[in-house]
Amino acid sequence: MLATRSLAAPARQCLRQAVAAQRRAPAFFQTQKRFYSIPEQDKVAKFKGTKGNDGKFTVTLIEGDGIGPEISQSVKDIFAAANVPIKWEAVDVTPRLKDGRTVIPEEAIDSVTRNYVALKGPLATPVGKGHVSLNLTLRRTFNLFANVRPCKSIAGYKTPYDNVDTVLIRENTEGEYSGIEHVVVDGVVQSIKLITREASERVLRFAFQHADAVGKRKVRAVHKATIMKMSDGLFLNTARDVAKEFPHIEFDAELLDNTCLKIVTDPIPYNDKVLVMPNLYGDILSDMCAGLIGGLGLTPSGNIGDECSIFEAVHGSAPDIAGKGLANPTALLLSSIMMLQHMGLNEFADRIQNAIFAVLAEGKTITGDLGGKAKTSEYAEAVMKKL
Amino acid sequence: MATVAQDIFKPTKFGGKYTVTLIPGDGVGAEVSESVKEIFKADNVPIEWEQVDVSGMEAGSKHSEELFRESIASLKRNKLGLKGILHTPVERSGHQSFNVAMRQELDIYASIVLIKNIPGYETRHKNVDLCIIRENTEGEYSGLEHQSVGGVVESLKIVTRAKSERIAKFAFAFALANNRRKVTCIHKANIMKLADGLFRNTVKRIAEDYPTLEVADMIVDNASMQCVSRPQQFDVMVMPNLYGGILSNIGAGLVGGPGIVPGCNIGREIAVFEPGCRHVGLDIKGKDQANPTALILSGSMLLRHIGLDDHANRISKAVYDVIAENKFRTRDMGGNASTHEFTRAVLDKMEAYA
Repeated sequence: MLATRSLAAPARQCLRQAVAAQRRAPAFFQTQKRFYSIPEQDKVAKFKGTKGNDGKFTVTLIEGDGIGPEISQSVKDIFAAANVPIKWEAVDVTPRLKDGRTVIPEEAIDSVTRNYVALKGPLATPVGKGHVSLNLTLRRTFNLFANVRPCKSIAGYKTPYDNVDTVLIRENTEGEYSGIEHVVVDGVVQSIKLITREASERVLRFAFQHADAVGKRKVRAVHKATIMKMSDGLFLNTARDVAKEFPHIEFDAELLDNTCLKIVTDPIPYNDKVLVMPNLYGDILSDMCAGLIGGLGLTPSGNIGDECSIFEAVHGSAPDIAGKGLANPTALLLSSIMMLQHMGLNEFADRIQNAIFAVLAEGKTITGDLGGKAKTSEYAEAVMKKL
Repeated sequence: MATVAQDIFKPTKFGGKYTVTLIPGDGVGAEVSESVKEIFKADNVPIEWEQVDVSGMEAGSKHSEELFRESIASLKRNKLGLKGILHTPVERSGHQSFNVAMRQELDIYASIVLIKNIPGYETRHKNVDLCIIRENTEGEYSGLEHQSVGGVVESLKIVTRAKSERIAKFAFAFALANNRRKVTCIHKANIMKLADGLFRNTVKRIAEDYPTLEVADMIVDNASMQCVSRPQQFDVMVMPNLYGGILSNIGAGLVGGPGIVPGCNIGREIAVFEPGCRHVGLDIKGKDQANPTALILSGSMLLRHIGLDDHANRISKAVYDVIAENKFRTRDMGGNASTHEFTRAVLDKMEAYA
């Protein structure tokens, strides 16, 4: 595999298709002999990028709309100050019209495909304009099947909840967001929630691996199989099957209602678990968990795919404060740290993360949304000083 | 309890007494219903209980099916019910949820859940006072599922204009009747453009008939986040089925758990009152630890619904006073009183008023 990296892009493209075809072989055969440790090459969504001639990884950067460029600049500055071996490749993903459909520019797709990893700022999605959201398009294009959403209380920013440390993994490609809907007769709409064993298995396996990677000993599947016996039932049963491959990780399942109630009442018991769930539940609960620690401005997110992964800030593009230097880059910074961890650059990740947390804990140079007065650039400088 | 259907609502009343169907339900149901019966009796409430001990515990048993039919018949007859929660098994071979089947069969389409801080009981959030109106009969709980090929399952979410209209009208009428100011429509129309789009547009259209009320809409994930960070911004919230389940649980978590949140399900003819945050409580069944507050308060909602406000006020005041005094609180509220002790304390309070 490694030798093929140096081939020209078209050749690599062919090769990758061949590999992808292989991967579609029934997953059960591949996985039967997995026990305590997972061989590296068997890992779902392992980072495949390699350093270039200059000893640096190339990472696609989608700056995004609104405050996107400002917060991306902070990330770039801080990464440069920390000497992270990363070279940015900025691309534009403004949708274009092609054959009557809106699509993402090919250069952007090529760039992510080539680099295997991207960092993305917020994109503005016009509501109710009929076209599929760009985020959704990106997820589909790169088959980003798992959305990882860690939420950790930040020292220095007080909310009603302390010491929150949850990790939530959301199935990202199907479920309620399958996009299959139709009007049966006027005034009657059917919307289809699609659950497949293949997609469920993939995200569940990733969840167990991720639990290993982040040192959590338990995985909990969240479902509503009392009501949706077949669809959520399939997810739940698949979870039980996959759990057998990871005997060192404790597995249990919980009804969606109970999870909602218990996290809001007291999130601490969830600190030793990785939660994994279908699309809609994951969407709602991950934002709710973000609410526990202070909102989307403080939570990172990673979209993991077989080949490529995109790390992003999930907050909005805040057009009202764009260009004023008031935006808080923390979410994008923390996402970039997840990206570094994904790429195996853990030392850099730790250093930058500690610097960010130290600045936030001091509370002297924080942005307006956290109750401070600092500009985006001042905050970034404070982080760089800590480095 | 004001409803749009009030003028045609006629519960059975013989010899000056209302007959009300009582379904204790599974889990803690038996214990907390006992507590309600005792309190109602002590206050001489003119209600005759018609108890049906239907249970969802025994999957597929003929007896439980029969009891379920009986409970439906009883509710149709009496048009009023007080109900605990019935257990639903997760197994695929298990029966369909009796709770959902009952709501669909009786067409009790509007679920009301009242989320409010109880005075004297401190939680993380202060001044929460919101009301969740949830469509109860369609949406994700349609029960229509099939396996296209092995390992591929489709589950249908049905949204209709008629039912969306009905729940929207109910929500606005409820808001007006209860002096609420704002109605927020919760949806996910950015992704489910047709289904949730229909719901959202219908609510918007109905809102035009209620110009005195403030109307807003919010995407469900954002609403959940706002709920745990700034719940004070919400007043009445109206939403499809599944989101209602999620938000009522989040809401219950804000004010102290399923043991204290009352609720009801209202249709054109029938009204069934049940704890708003629908938890069976199998883990503490029979331990005399359950908090009967949710069912007692649901019971007093029932009394207000039939115009017995005096009884309702006396009973709910006694419950609030006992909780505020903090001498007898059940475990879920950080005390160590048993269900019996709590009930006793409420009875003593009521006696003291007399």
